[in-house]
Amino acid sequence: MDSNHKPDGDRIVLTEAQKKRRRERSIAIACALGVLVLLFFAVTFIKGPGVLVRPV
Amino acid sequence: MSVVDQKAVELPPRISEAGVADYFALLKPRVMSLVIFTALVGLMIAPGHIHPVLGFIAILCIAVGAGASGALNMALEGDIDVLMSRTANRPIPRGRITRGEAMGFGLTLSFFSVMTLGALVNWYAGGLLAFTIFFYVVIYTMGLKRRTAQNIVIGGAAGALPPVVAWAAATGSLSVEPLLLFLIIFFWTPPHFWALALFRSDDYARAGVPMLPVVAGPDATRLQILLYTIVLVAIAAAPWPLGYFDWIYGVTSLILGAGMLVLAIEVYRHRTGSQALRATRRLFAFSILYLFALFAVLLLDVVAKAVAPLIW
Repeated sequence: MDSNHKPDGDRIVLTEAQKKRRRERSIAIACALGVLVLLFFAVTFIKGPGVLVRPV
Repeated sequence: MSVVDQKAVELPPRISEAGVADYFALLKPRVMSLVIFTALVGLMIAPGHIHPVLGFIAILCIAVGAGASGALNMALEGDIDVLMSRTANRPIPRGRITRGEAMGFGLTLSFFSVMTLGALVNWYAGGLLAFTIFFYVVIYTMGLKRRTAQNIVIGGAAGALPPVVAWAAATGSLSVEPLLLFLIIFFWTPPHFWALALFRSDDYARAGVPMLPVVAGPDATRLQILLYTIVLVAIAAAPWPLGYFDWIYGVTSLILGAGMLVLAIEVYRHRTGSQALRATRRLFAFSILYLFALFAVLLLDVVAKAVAPLIW
């Protein structure tokens, strides 16, 4: 756990390593959400548009 | 304001440097690979037809659910993981990820895996996956692990459920076959983990985890390993004479079972020195091969039956 970032007044300036990791995490989250969207989209082709409509 | 409060105010907020690999490690990828494989077998041997995309989604959700359980487990066990050499390199003990971050990650994945499986495949499977995660995290990790030497016996149910969830995903119901798979993994778990605990008992003792070798001693553990192995071999072979799986599975399970029994007897016989250590390590390694091969035969049988009409 790193706290090497330097507070600049009331702002926090991220180190290069922190920026790089944050960008990697953001890309991973975007990819995961993209996959989820694609999965739901693909299933609408298999089950039809009423994919989420189910009898209780 | 107390000194601690003052210090908390003065400290700059923590900015994470955790990378994707750290989060991936939280998913316990090696455990996940066995979960994927056993779930795949559960899905493939199920009767009827499931669309390949839905089958893929089911396996993906089960894998993510298992990974989520692993992340929640690590979040709850950060204090003991740091004390054990086997787990000291995990992201939380190394300080790469906080327990809160791991908890958030695990809960998010749990939610999405259960809801996606339920919404896209069926809610029966989704409910079973939710129960599996609950059982592993709440019953095993929070309830049993630090309290009783029977922790991995009862907790083994969570690891045995993935093929049942997969079967439910394929059929929307349950039957005897997935319960047989459940029983095989359930009775496989104690000899597998107690073999590990025998050569890692110092680790567990240091962390205060009441594994059987720590609480009852290595000799009692060796006897329990042998007894559970006898039950495992009998249960693993039973589906053949009962008519659920065919002779290829039956013969394979008997051959592999004989190997497990021989190694369990070796563990029971050799109690000290390098021979004892070698015997426990060999049983631990072979037990992984045993489970993998047993399920692989079921998978190959299904594939062979599907492919045969196309060739002949």
